[in-house]
Amino acid sequence: MSDLTDLYQAVILDHNKRPRNRGRLPTATRVASGDNPTCGDNCTVYLRMEGDRIAEISFDGSGCAISQASASFMTTQVKGRTADEATARFAEFKDIVTTGRQPEDFSEVAAFAGVHAFPARIKCATLSWHAAIDALKQPDQPLQS
Amino acid sequence: MSSVFPDLRPHFPALHQTVNGKPLVYLDNGATSHKPRAVIDALVRYYERDNSNVHRGLHALSMRSTDSFEAARARVAAFIHAQDQAEIVFVRGTTEAVNIVARGLGAQLKPGDVVLTTEMEHHSNLVPWQQVAKATGATLCYVPVLGADGEGGLDLAALDTLLTPQVKVFAFTHISNTLGTINPAAELCRRARAVGALTVIDAAQSIGHEPLDVQALGCDFLAFSGHKMCGPTGIGVLYGRRALLDAMAPDETGGGMVVSVDYQGARWKPSPERFEAGTPHVAGAVGLAAAMDYIDAVGRESIAAHDHELAAYARQRLAEIPGMRILGPTAGQPRAGIVSFALGDAHAHDVVTFADQDGIALRGGHHCNQPLMRKLGLPSTARASFYLYNTREEIDVLAASLLKIQKFFAG
Repeated sequence: MSDLTDLYQAVILDHNKRPRNRGRLPTATRVASGDNPTCGDNCTVYLRMEGDRIAEISFDGSGCAISQASASFMTTQVKGRTADEATARFAEFKDIVTTGRQPEDFSEVAAFAGVHAFPARIKCATLSWHAAIDALKQPDQPLQS
Repeated sequence: MSSVFPDLRPHFPALHQTVNGKPLVYLDNGATSHKPRAVIDALVRYYERDNSNVHRGLHALSMRSTDSFEAARARVAAFIHAQDQAEIVFVRGTTEAVNIVARGLGAQLKPGDVVLTTEMEHHSNLVPWQQVAKATGATLCYVPVLGADGEGGLDLAALDTLLTPQVKVFAFTHISNTLGTINPAAELCRRARAVGALTVIDAAQSIGHEPLDVQALGCDFLAFSGHKMCGPTGIGVLYGRRALLDAMAPDETGGGMVVSVDYQGARWKPSPERFEAGTPHVAGAVGLAAAMDYIDAVGRESIAAHDHELAAYARQRLAEIPGMRILGPTAGQPRAGIVSFALGDAHAHDVVTFADQDGIALRGGHHCNQPLMRKLGLPSTARASFYLYNTREEIDVLAASLLKIQKFFAG
């Protein structure tokens, strides 16, 4: 199980068990959802923008430890950043989970490099990021209750 | 039972491999089964010796292929006790079979009619009926599943109110691919018939596992796939009573299914050719017949007993693991060789990925059964499903692996 313990090492389990920024964001101005139909995983991302900057972000949904941890991690990575910066972060994250490349900075992401050894799970890791990028592309409008 | 059940593993080449350095423990038989050497040999023999197109050729190989194809049809008819081999339509699998019936019967439905199904159907016996209901204005109703873990099976008492004269079709699964429940199919057919409803049985999970006799069941249609019963992928069967098949419009049209064609239109052949447009999967039919020979040589009564015994043992071993939630029949109730479960806080996909590291093949997800999973409040479950080559020792390997996973995620 050593490969797997790499994959599920403390960071992923920690984000899975104590997710950051989880739940619906009532002040959100942009929302987008994504599904992984083979798994039944789903993720909704809520954003409140201030100009071009992500002032607040949260996520909601259900899925495996990898998808939940990745969503939680994603919110910590893009909060306070501009849309372009967030998109660049996603590009780096995607590269790390698909190639297994060890990152030079933002060290927590190293835990996700293990995902590359499990190609069936890459979609789990990128689900919330895709939803966030979708949300960023939308125009601002108040969240419907 | 396992002490007297023969060791069939030497017959299945794919079982003899390692996965992630561990001996393969294949427990995903609900999705598909492995193939015995006899079936693989039948496919190779067909392609090496007889290969030709059927029905239209007059040369030797074409006649041999036609003979093999029609002999396979007769073999299927005998296997399920159809009265007439014209009642056996070769299709790609259960899904195509249900689609043919749903659209064929759909042509006769109108607003006010009811199609009855159950809350435990696989999407393949659910979505086609939803589409037909939408297209015709008929209403789709469901027989409820009882119990927080689906342990109560179908609500048979509710059938009295659900089975009204407006019900034209009652489509249900013989064995639930998620719960492992064995439905009282003969009783369901009898009660449907009493109100004049036609019955459609999804036999995908039962056909290779239990004795099955369409006369004893009293069903009008029955659908199954070859690949879950030691046969090839891409071949399956729609059984239907001959008069009903001949009254149904074909779902697909083209070559091989017409009596005559002119520029204005065409006339259909009777069943089964009416539903077999184009070149059929001849090798698949030959392989399916070989699978039926193999299964009958082992004996369906003993396969069923073996499956049930393994399922009861798995249920018992899994129940020892803290935080384990097991779906379907309780201990002591009849259960097919299917055990779905949720392991504490560990998501099914994490469980399946971890088990794979121990060489164990499980299914994780919604099992093409999303509405039922929602009803039971589960996004997904992991599933172990057994067949004639599985052993109690493999279930011990599974239990040990699951205990390790439980500790990892609880820790």
